[in-house]
Amino acid sequence: MPIFRLINDWLKHFANESQNLFYFSLKMLRGIWGRPLYLLETREQMYLIGIGSLYLVVLTGIFAGQGFALAFSVELADFGAKNYLGRIMSISIVRELGPVLTGLMIAARVAAGITAEIGAMKSSNQIDAMTAFGIDPIRKIAVPRLISLIIMVPALTVICDTIAIFGGYIIALFIAHVTTTMYWSAVKERLIFGNIFIGLVKPVVFSLVIAFVSCYKGFRSEGGTKGVGRATTESVVLSSITILVVNFFITKVVFSLIKGYL
Amino acid sequence: MIEFRGVDFSYEDRPVIKNVSFQIEERESVVIMGPSGSGKSTILRLILGLECPQKGDILVDGQNICRMKDREKQEIRKKIGMVFQDGALFDSLSVWENVGYYLLEHTAMSAENVGRKAVEMLGFVGLDADEIQDKLPEQLSGGMQRRVAIGRALLSTDPKVMLYDEPTTGLDPQATENVINLINMLHSQKSISSIVVTHQIADAIAMANRFIVFIDGEIVFDGSLEQLRDCQDPGVQSFLAPFREAVTGVTDKKFVDR
Repeated sequence: MPIFRLINDWLKHFANESQNLFYFSLKMLRGIWGRPLYLLETREQMYLIGIGSLYLVVLTGIFAGQGFALAFSVELADFGAKNYLGRIMSISIVRELGPVLTGLMIAARVAAGITAEIGAMKSSNQIDAMTAFGIDPIRKIAVPRLISLIIMVPALTVICDTIAIFGGYIIALFIAHVTTTMYWSAVKERLIFGNIFIGLVKPVVFSLVIAFVSCYKGFRSEGGTKGVGRATTESVVLSSITILVVNFFITKVVFSLIKGYL
Repeated sequence: MIEFRGVDFSYEDRPVIKNVSFQIEERESVVIMGPSGSGKSTILRLILGLECPQKGDILVDGQNICRMKDREKQEIRKKIGMVFQDGALFDSLSVWENVGYYLLEHTAMSAENVGRKAVEMLGFVGLDADEIQDKLPEQLSGGMQRRVAIGRALLSTDPKVMLYDEPTTGLDPQATENVINLINMLHSQKSISSIVVTHQIADAIAMANRFIVFIDGEIVFDGSLEQLRDCQDPGVQSFLAPFREAVTGVTDKKFVDR
């Protein structure tokens, strides 16, 4: 039956790709330790990823925060609980929305860029040339991007969280008519270890997902410009979906581990 | 110097090289010809150890590159200069950084000294270093890019053998002649063996005295120009048919003294 053969082929392909991605990720992680360290490349990538994504994160934070606050202020008003707006903003932004939105934005902007760049290098034989000259392309190209993402994604998430909570404050003050003191004391009340911990673990894991998937797809791209285009699309889709799936599991696992701190 | 012993190689399920055996001695200049997709470029990748065959052995200087670890392969690669198709220059680096890439990455030489050596090398390959050293590869013509790539390979290693993948494809006649002259000059003056992969018959004749014809991953001919002219193999005849005039009319002295 063609349908069973199709499923069989797809499962084989999925298992094969998962295994290759796993080994590739291990090679990248191993590249963090050991020499040579490509500090110049890492610094350049930190700038491109961090500063280059700042405007995106700021815009995302401000509008997501305002939209969220607006929706919740209407609902809370029905129960006479508008003063809890700060608490809800603090919990939802720091634990969930901030990391996920930042992760998705970076996946869309940076993962696409990384895959396209590496794919173009591969199709023009630059990666083979590097190998021929005794340079490990994973260490030279992939590891600086991995390190930069591990540093910059949490930093951008903190910026996104801050801007989103500030966006919520504007709505609280001018539309929901919650006082400044009430909003910020409610925000502060929920900025506790557990929430901050979850909010910082997630972006680190998301940065690993983006780096592994985008570099892997770039190194595996085939078929010239068309193949690079396909790999770029796959990279963004796979990173984004993995971020959403992993987000759920981190929330579930961390919740059960540090319940007492929440 | 280089020996293939019963080599089979496939990309996933697609066989590319089938039971190939040949030997290339020092100071030989060999052209590997064949139609597109016949497995010519794969031969160069196998010599460099970028791919490993599923069956057979590849000996470079008596050492089996298929059974080496990456670090050991690197020692072998120091004896081999590779010029990839279209040059494969690093597009984010300037011309002098490309030429001095190996020295910048592997030695403690200052950028100034590497730059000086790169400029000398650019002069050696017949380029005006003052004009192009700070340009990006995309700002150079195709012929210049190939010569920069040859300069990069020469400065990177101390090659006993140079591998050229389609060095003249896509170049105008003048640039083609310049590249062929350079390849021949390296062979005759520096005694560097050359293995050229090409499907340009006229260029092949001007670059080598031994010809290997590949069709569908198999060697169907291995010999001199005279033997090639007289070869009765239907595969070879069919491959050469569109270029019969070049094979019979062009002498191996067409471009330069070798």
